[in-house]
Amino acid sequence: MSEALLQVEDLRVAFAAGGREIRAVDGVSYRVEARQTLAIIGESGSGKTVGCRAIMGLLPATATIGGSARLNGSELIGLSDAQLRKYRGSVMAMVFQDPARSLNPTMRVGSQITEAIRTHRKISRSEAHTEAVELLRLVRIPAPERRYHEYPHQLSGGMRQRVMIAIALACRPKLLIADEATTALDVTTQAQIMELMLELQAELGMSLVFISHDLGLAASYADQVVVMYAGKIVEQAPAKKLFGAGGTVRMRYTRALLDAIPHIEREAHTELPVVAGRPPDPTAMPPGCSFAPRCVHAQDDCTAKAPALAEHSPGHSWACWHPCENGVAR
Amino acid sequence: MSTETTAEERQPLLSVRDLVQEFVVREGGGARGGVVQAVSGVSFDIMPGETLGIVGETGSGKSTLARAILQSPRPKSGTVSFRGSELTRLRGRRLLAARQHMQFVFQDPFGSLDPKWKARSIIEEPLIAYSAGDRQARRKRVDELLDLVGLDPARYAKRHPRELSGGQAQRIAIARAVALNPDLLICDEAVSSLDVLIQAQVLNLFEKLRRELGLSYLFIAHDLALVKQVSDRVGVMYLGRFCEVGPGESVYKQPLHPYTRALLDSIPSTEPGAGRATTTLRGEPPSPVNPPSGCRFRTRCPRAADRCADEVPEPRELFPGHLVACHFPLTVAAEPAKVSAPTQTTARAQG
Repeated sequence: MSEALLQVEDLRVAFAAGGREIRAVDGVSYRVEARQTLAIIGESGSGKTVGCRAIMGLLPATATIGGSARLNGSELIGLSDAQLRKYRGSVMAMVFQDPARSLNPTMRVGSQITEAIRTHRKISRSEAHTEAVELLRLVRIPAPERRYHEYPHQLSGGMRQRVMIAIALACRPKLLIADEATTALDVTTQAQIMELMLELQAELGMSLVFISHDLGLAASYADQVVVMYAGKIVEQAPAKKLFGAGGTVRMRYTRALLDAIPHIEREAHTELPVVAGRPPDPTAMPPGCSFAPRCVHAQDDCTAKAPALAEHSPGHSWACWHPCENGVAR
Repeated sequence: MSTETTAEERQPLLSVRDLVQEFVVREGGGARGGVVQAVSGVSFDIMPGETLGIVGETGSGKSTLARAILQSPRPKSGTVSFRGSELTRLRGRRLLAARQHMQFVFQDPFGSLDPKWKARSIIEEPLIAYSAGDRQARRKRVDELLDLVGLDPARYAKRHPRELSGGQAQRIAIARAVALNPDLLICDEAVSSLDVLIQAQVLNLFEKLRRELGLSYLFIAHDLALVKQVSDRVGVMYLGRFCEVGPGESVYKQPLHPYTRALLDSIPSTEPGAGRATTTLRGEPPSPVNPPSGCRFRTRCPRAADRCADEVPEPRELFPGHLVACHFPLTVAAEPAKVSAPTQTTARAQG
């Protein structure tokens, strides 16, 4: 197989906390092809954000990072902050959940965009201005010349997130990572921002990685899906193999996530299938499968030995000793 | 408990009429000054044991509506009748006494629980405030309440909020809210900040409380599927007004208002690629300072005509209990013309 745009192999991130080691990300491997969309799905604390921040070099110095992440063939893990800065914002960029906190409230949005442009490229102020207006237009902000001079508080949540995307796109990155970028938004705005990111992806030929807790988003917008639990990938497949008519999820945890989402087709007041408990304490991981303590299908072998993530059918990997039957429909 | 239960059962528990809430904002910092028309004439009833869900985008006025019902702050005009008392006319002790039966659960449990207090004291506080029983009785009641929300009293009573997960903290907030046996629980985005598995646990807890305590809910959220899950009836709010109210099944299967249709189309489906085909709503809601004349949705509505700018659409009952405020409501016949095949995911996904 040829080299993907982003190739992550055996990525490990650990933090020391009170003398104990927290393995936030524990041996994660995936690849993102050029122009492809990958969704990384998991609950809070599953390691989905930490893994991406490790690649971006946005973790505090207390984090121990191991493994490999190659972007366009160059290794990112182990680079100094100064070396990483060359990639961050230019070849790869990130959009975060809360645009209100990511933007500087005392700066006009236009200046924040020109700042991003001029950090990476030596161009004049007026050229940067023209380009910033162009970027605002690119992210479909109406009346970009006027918006350029406004402050973040004058914009709605959706508009602010568009500005964040404009900043992220300032240097036309090859890889855009969106970390829960639509979580704080309304459904209609969420749909608009997701559509916008996919349109821009096609227009600019980018790869998109979006991190979310929402399997519905993965089903609707992703080509590839990675499901994480307690720092590990538990299921990985093209979206088509997981959802919809021909698809089926195999890992019990993915199934549980899917079942717990309220659907408008479900009758009111019906009991939602729930999973008891919560994710394991990262300082005291259970032996065997990390989901076993919450899994109703767990048997003796699940608590004895952890199942490895293995490709059981072409393109579809899961880590489970007793997976869901093929063809189990929702 | 009370002697009038039989009479109350036929009466609505909560009856809201023509509720209006406005705020004056000063111009400054680039923000336009004026009067924010947050809630503009909202009316509805909640019967005992019934759940009314309210959906709407940010700025639709749904949280303001909830607070106006609670008289905090008081609404500008309109009436709020709860268990036979008119809350807008009560003050002081009598308002507090009436509000005892109406409790609130907010979005962020950590924001609404005192970080310095232990779970036991948090749940006990309303019991003390309304002098419910002596110390021993209160202690027993707190244990009962923790049990009710699925937390083991021996393990959780002594914990501080920071020692709890989001789901556990929300359970404490719910235990506190039901401590005084309220009739109505107002939930404002109560599960929105929780992970999906925890969210399902808390939603099931709400169902259990409904069944076991006969609670009524006003359930406010921006997530349509979530609201459907818990509600008997659903109201859709846009810029301070109801567009559509009706039985959940009816509103979701046959939306009559173009805005409801657009909201339903925005839900990510678990069909691969489905999200890309749907017709998402363009633009954003206009400012509630100076909202559009006539129908407030007309500036984003694909069906808008001259009449929509001149005349405020009055709610009309097109199906039993299903009301819509629209001059050109969607009907069965008109639908396929507007929406092409791939957008039917919301109706089809069950498969």
